[in-house]
Amino acid sequence: MLDDKDRIFTNLYGQAPVDLTSSKKRGIWHNTASLVKKGREKIIEEVKASGLRGRGGAGFPTGLKWSFMPKESDLPSYLVVNADESEPGTCKDRDMIRFDPHRLLEGCLLASVALGAHYAYIYIRGEFVRESEILQTAIDEAYEDGLLGKNAAKSGYNLDLFLHRGAGAYICGEETALLESLEGKKGQPRLKPPFPAGVGLYGCPTTVNNVETIAVLPTILRRGAAWFASFGRPGNHGTKVFSISGHVNKSCNVEETMSIPLKDLIERHAGGVRGGWDNLLAVIPGGSSVPLIHRSLCENALMDYESLQELDSGLGTGAVIVMDRSTDIIKAIARLAHFYKHESCGQCTPCREGTGWMWRVLERMVEGKAKVEEIDLLLQVTKQVEGHTICALGDAAAWPIQGLIRHFRFEIVARIEERQAQTQASSSIAQQKQQEIA
Amino acid sequence: MPDSKTAPKSFSFRAAFAERAKKEIAKYPPKRKQSAVLALLDLAQRQNTETNCVTDAAMENIAKILDISRMRLEEIASFYTMIHRKPIGKYHVQCCTTTPCMLRGGDSLVALAEKKLGIRANETTSDGLFTLSRVECIGACANAPAMQINDDFYEDLSEKHVENILDNLAAGKPVTAGSQIKRRGAEPVQHSETSLNKRSGYKVS
Amino acid sequence: MSKEPSSQKLPSSKLPSEGVSSKELPKELPPELPMVKITIDGEERECEAGLTVLQACEEAGIEIPRFCYHDRLSIAGNCRMCLVEVSPGPPKPQASCALPINEGMSITTNSPSLQNARKGVMEFLLINHPLDCPICDQGGECDLQDQALAYGFNRGRFSENKRAVGEKYMGPLIKTVMTRCIHCTRCIRFANEVAGVDDIGMLGRGEDVEITTLEKAIDSELSGNVIDLCPVGALTSKPYAFRARSWEVQKSESIDVMDAVGSNIRIDSKNGKVLRVLPRLHEDVNEEWLSDKARFSCDGLARQRLDRPYARNEKKQLVPISWQVALDLVAERIERAKTRIAAVAGEQCDLESMYALKKLLTARGSNKFDARQGGAQFDPSIRSGYLFNTRIANITRADALLIVGANPREDAPIVNARIRQAWLQGGLQQAYGIGTACDVTYPCRWLSEQPQHLLKIASSKDKERLLATLSAARHPMLILGYDALERKDGSDIWRLCGKIAEKANMVREDWNGFNILHRGASAVGACEIGFNQRVDGFMPLLISMAKGEVEVAIIMQADDFDLDSLAKCFTIYIGHHGDRAAQVADVILPSAAYTEKSGIWINMEGRVQMGCAAVPPPGEAQAEWRILRALAEKLDTIPPWNNLQELRTVLWKEHPELAEQDRPLRAVWQSLDDKSNKEFSLHVDPIVTKRENYYMSDPISRASETMSACTRARRELRRKKNAA
Repeated sequence: MLDDKDRIFTNLYGQAPVDLTSSKKRGIWHNTASLVKKGREKIIEEVKASGLRGRGGAGFPTGLKWSFMPKESDLPSYLVVNADESEPGTCKDRDMIRFDPHRLLEGCLLASVALGAHYAYIYIRGEFVRESEILQTAIDEAYEDGLLGKNAAKSGYNLDLFLHRGAGAYICGEETALLESLEGKKGQPRLKPPFPAGVGLYGCPTTVNNVETIAVLPTILRRGAAWFASFGRPGNHGTKVFSISGHVNKSCNVEETMSIPLKDLIERHAGGVRGGWDNLLAVIPGGSSVPLIHRSLCENALMDYESLQELDSGLGTGAVIVMDRSTDIIKAIARLAHFYKHESCGQCTPCREGTGWMWRVLERMVEGKAKVEEIDLLLQVTKQVEGHTICALGDAAAWPIQGLIRHFRFEIVARIEERQAQTQASSSIAQQKQQEIA
Repeated sequence: MPDSKTAPKSFSFRAAFAERAKKEIAKYPPKRKQSAVLALLDLAQRQNTETNCVTDAAMENIAKILDISRMRLEEIASFYTMIHRKPIGKYHVQCCTTTPCMLRGGDSLVALAEKKLGIRANETTSDGLFTLSRVECIGACANAPAMQINDDFYEDLSEKHVENILDNLAAGKPVTAGSQIKRRGAEPVQHSETSLNKRSGYKVS
Repeated sequence: MSKEPSSQKLPSSKLPSEGVSSKELPKELPPELPMVKITIDGEERECEAGLTVLQACEEAGIEIPRFCYHDRLSIAGNCRMCLVEVSPGPPKPQASCALPINEGMSITTNSPSLQNARKGVMEFLLINHPLDCPICDQGGECDLQDQALAYGFNRGRFSENKRAVGEKYMGPLIKTVMTRCIHCTRCIRFANEVAGVDDIGMLGRGEDVEITTLEKAIDSELSGNVIDLCPVGALTSKPYAFRARSWEVQKSESIDVMDAVGSNIRIDSKNGKVLRVLPRLHEDVNEEWLSDKARFSCDGLARQRLDRPYARNEKKQLVPISWQVALDLVAERIERAKTRIAAVAGEQCDLESMYALKKLLTARGSNKFDARQGGAQFDPSIRSGYLFNTRIANITRADALLIVGANPREDAPIVNARIRQAWLQGGLQQAYGIGTACDVTYPCRWLSEQPQHLLKIASSKDKERLLATLSAARHPMLILGYDALERKDGSDIWRLCGKIAEKANMVREDWNGFNILHRGASAVGACEIGFNQRVDGFMPLLISMAKGEVEVAIIMQADDFDLDSLAKCFTIYIGHHGDRAAQVADVILPSAAYTEKSGIWINMEGRVQMGCAAVPPPGEAQAEWRILRALAEKLDTIPPWNNLQELRTVLWKEHPELAEQDRPLRAVWQSLDDKSNKEFSLHVDPIVTKRENYYMSDPISRASETMSACTRARRELRRKKNAA
């Protein structure tokens, strides 16, 4: 288990106040100038060495992503922080923002140096009104204290940072949709290429990073890449804040090492599955967009990219949704299908039309009002959506359903057969009655 | 779109709101003031305490301020769920029913609220006090089930809590936002932190 | 007015195709693009760098299905039909419309997995499509139908309820059945980019998105093009609704005469009736667009037609007579008038009929004829002084523009769309205008309504120092329109503009920036064959008619001048509509409209184009040249032709240049100022636009119910705009 001394988010539970003075007591903004002075190359090098991978779900190596930014450009470069946390099951960024906003701000400064950006925007989801107020207060404090703006933290580096609130659209968590939204348009993902590092916000080089990715940066730079890399298995380094929700006794956020066994995470931190481990039905290990895994696989699953990929799932945002045996698993996934139908931007065909179709079929399957052949039809439809859309929302809508069919096909079949038996019984009763009347 | 008969003919931001709008626009490069569109729509909605939505007149005004066409603005307003073009009650009760909340009884809270308020989801009470919505994940999954009323989250809800909150709001009495079982954030319940606790030597700074 | 800021989505600025037209004005070619080697379906090819995969495949003759992609619109990439596999590249199929080719790229267009992907996309497009082809006007010319056949499943697997979408109001031209919409957004992109109006949008999100207007007519003169662009039957022609099936109509190729652009058109007719007019592709003229007036005024062809000769009886009432009687009557009057005859030709006259009319008059010893019924003044003997010298296709290269006395948006919507394109592509930052301020869909600073401002510009005394801007530009343009030319001081403004063009060095070895924006399809032709003769040809003619110096006036398709001036003349009207002039005529000789005859028209850039008859003229009406031939015979001045071909042979002998089709006439710059260096005498009245209604400007469009509906719709739009 991770030691408290190795925890980055030392105020994850909001025990301490969030104001600048208290934040400084936690070590934030401590001699930031010296970190800034490491310079662009050095910071990127350290991040690469630390093995940090993007914490927003895709898990792309952060240092590599940063190295895509042009070294020289006539256009300004931008850092955009993705705080549009909307992935069902995920609630880590929110607590980082409301309990440790300065950690994020310090990370913004350092990341901006690595990107050569003098402007940064934090795009926070619109529903997080209070969180945005806290963050804005922190930004104001930082400006007042000279930590942001000209010669930020007396480092000689200029950074202007602004908070931008969304207005209710999951898709704006997709980086190019987020940029569109930030530009004041509908949040419809852009075609790639060009990638944001070349043509991003306002057509300028831009890097979009998740809150957690940015917020861990100061600590990595302070304690060194080797320290961060010492956690987790190769390729899956560092610590990670996991959100555990659903049928556990003590749902919570917790920072742990990467590659922690899923069972450990649930048992140790979340107070175990409701009704005991044996009452487990399935787990969605990385936010709604990844396929669920059957309880039989949960025993040995490690919470990292590779292990979960081997189980045909993914680490995603590290949001663990636990479902016990009382769960109507078809309904749980149908509800996710509804989510994706509701959040599809409507731009491209497979997602716009496919999400609705998949949801409707699943809704019928919840009631057993389907034919057994339709399970394969549904699976085919998910394959028709997957990989054929502009952004990853299509994939995200398809995968949970594929996971359901992979692990719980028998459940769907049983539900359908049960329903058929019922209708047959009721119709034979009706027939009997008719005969009696006749 | 709001009823054209009752909707006000003109709109302008009141001083305090205009000030905030100016601040929002100043966040972006001068030629990119369209970036402030969501902020301005939000402000217009907040200023309209009558119907809590963006009126046609406000749309015209914002289009003019940001120099974008009415059609583009209409597209934007229709895309984001938090922008309302139709009247909304004073309290917008938004129950999260996505899977993490659903697993912990989100749907029954909607049913309860429906019964309590005498309306169905997506309807507004005749006194204009409450609008009830089923919403998608609001991002408080470790504190499920949760709901959002206007700017505040209400978390770790039981049916009793919901009943109380709605009663108090209806009676004009104060309500406490946040976790209803006194969690600060998403720590394990009843101060049983497995990390960052006194046992592990954590000190509040 | 919106400029899509994300320029990466715009198709690379493409020069119009190299045709014969571009020989004399050597076009500045873009720097030679490097070639890249790619492999398409195993076959190696060299392609120009900068092409998209879809374009490269098209060059290789491989068809890639698509719905949203359109080579004249920005790339949306949303239909997902054009998927291909590329390597090296991501493992999933890519939208070829949006993917640039790279050196060494290997492209697969037809693997089984791609066929499946397309089948999948096709199925998605159809699940909520009503499949109401039997009652859909798009049937037979529907991309969805065709591609479903080629790439789709043979049956549906979707058993849920289909989505229903309410109809939207888009004005009197466009009928909507939005349930059929596949959300390709071509219409939105066309409106935003080409037409320059933000009237169409997509509201909502997810499966609930709807393409819509804000319940008002589309405020554009090019709106009808969205009908052609719509790949399904969501947007169809309202006037054409349920009139015919596409396979039943006879398709004839012709030239539009509603303005001086010379748009290439296809006329669809059935049972001798023109049912609709569609654009025909001509890269250098109208691309594939057509103005609404050209497209939709065709219902006017069937209304208020003159289908037999008429003459006034003793009671001054017009009564039908036979051709024989009519021609005898007319011939007799002409004989009697000796040389005291005159002729006016209207804007839609074909070259042959004007030529025949001129020959008829000159044979009688009269040289009183003119085709500028609005009184425009310019020297018809200086070709470079009356042509649109820059040429339509080159407009997109303009980087400075001064508009004088014109509203290009209404005078020639196609030309205006090109100017807008120049602005969209970034070359043209801002246009300047002298005259009534109007919304031209791109930024234009209307400097003044006073013609005197031109003097200031000419002498660099204007605040904007426009002369310097124009001189400094690589491709400066001046567009001079009829609102200025039709003034009493028209010739002075014309000369002055010529001077500005010279001072700003707008006429260069490889560029001529001096342009007249004609309104009439006959305008350039009339100059070419000498139907227009003098600088101020029409007003003296009108005065002499009013004074009674003219005994017989032959009015050919001209209805828009001061008809009271004809009071003292015996008026012969040769025309096809019972419009204004027919009311005052003494004899009416019914003629053919442009759809009913073969004819030559020369467009504003001097492009000679020939149109074909789509339908016969109604009743006893005849093509003008036939009428004039018959009349000449009566007058014993038999011309050396017995049929149209012979007429053309004679015409071409006299004007050999006009024999060359589809090639703009050669024009060497000639100073507009006669050596006298006369002072410019300008009037103080502002330059204002006289034409009030774009939609109804000639006998055909005035007879059109559709155009009348458009007029009402636009009036309503303006009223609402002003109220707001």
